[in-house]
Amino acid sequence: MSETKEIKKTKYLNPYIGGVLLGLVLLAANFVAGRGLGASGAIKSTIVGAATVIAPEASEKSAFISEFRESHQGNPMKTWLVFEMLGVIVGGFLSGAIAGRLKLKVEHSPKITSRKRLMLALGGGILFGFGSQLGRGCTSGSALSGMAVLSLGGFITMMAIFGTAFAMAYFFRKNWI
Amino acid sequence: MGPLAVNEIISENTNLFLAFLIGIAFGFVLEQSGFSSSRKLAGIFYGYDGVVLKVFFTAAITAMLGLLFFSLFGWIDLDLVYVNPTYLTSAIIGGVIMGVGFIMGGYCPGTSFCGASIGKIDALVFIGGLFIGVMIFGLGYKLWEGVYMAAFKGFPKISESLGLSDGLFGLLLIIAALGMFWAAEWAEKRFPREEY
Repeated sequence: MSETKEIKKTKYLNPYIGGVLLGLVLLAANFVAGRGLGASGAIKSTIVGAATVIAPEASEKSAFISEFRESHQGNPMKTWLVFEMLGVIVGGFLSGAIAGRLKLKVEHSPKITSRKRLMLALGGGILFGFGSQLGRGCTSGSALSGMAVLSLGGFITMMAIFGTAFAMAYFFRKNWI
Repeated sequence: MGPLAVNEIISENTNLFLAFLIGIAFGFVLEQSGFSSSRKLAGIFYGYDGVVLKVFFTAAITAMLGLLFFSLFGWIDLDLVYVNPTYLTSAIIGGVIMGVGFIMGGYCPGTSFCGASIGKIDALVFIGGLFIGVMIFGLGYKLWEGVYMAAFKGFPKISESLGLSDGLFGLLLIIAALGMFWAAEWAEKRFPREEY
């Protein structure tokens, strides 16, 4: 129940104001760079960068890496999304510090253990990571940014993500409610 | 005028520096809206908290309208703005896999970084999973390359596909979003949860 009080007393921004602000950030990204926001692309960059250093020969043969190389010249870590995601970590931390929400903890429903929560987080992460590559971007890069530029693919991915999560919610309910 | 980097009004390094600043604003707004909490994010799927839907659709509409107005005022050339390609098969299958990952893990990639930045260990583990998932995709790329490349439709806009003007589609999207916001507000009252 201690977590209850924590969330109850914590004050979040009005979601509609938050949405307008997030939309302005997305608009700024498009105005400055001609592209939207993203997250999973930075993970891909990091993996390509690490693979090139650790196993240069094997990476040259990898079709996944050569496809990335074709669209991103130079150092794979010197890309827009890597800098943007470094900013996200800083921005999230600043916001948490101002709101008094900085705390090391495993957040989970009282009905499940921390261990189970962490196993599910790992499994969910693996699926999301894989799906974001297949879908050419995640909730930020494909769904949100795609919708802002009216991309048909962006709308389809958005509906597939949220539709599936709604459809599967029943089976995972014990983990959340 | 815009996009600034594409029109070479700003240098590549300035662009990367602005990416960092835009990222700070992105992370700050996500955290302020409560996207650093997986139990808040998952709330939309059980009705008790509609913050994801409200923030997500308000943001998409704000940016969409902003781009349309900027284009109207001649401030941005929309032909130079990246429109995500449409590969029908992978957009759907990728989205379905991400949907399962979302309800299982409680985060998406952007929000997991936000959660980890304020000390959520479950978010950090989710990020570890993301790296594993991307690596699996890369290592087995040949196995799913066919699915990944199937049904390429170019770079269509949804408005064109529906035979509507951008403005009319935007208006319909706003009306649909208002309907969803109403439903989300109703669900929060109908399925309130005190103990999360």
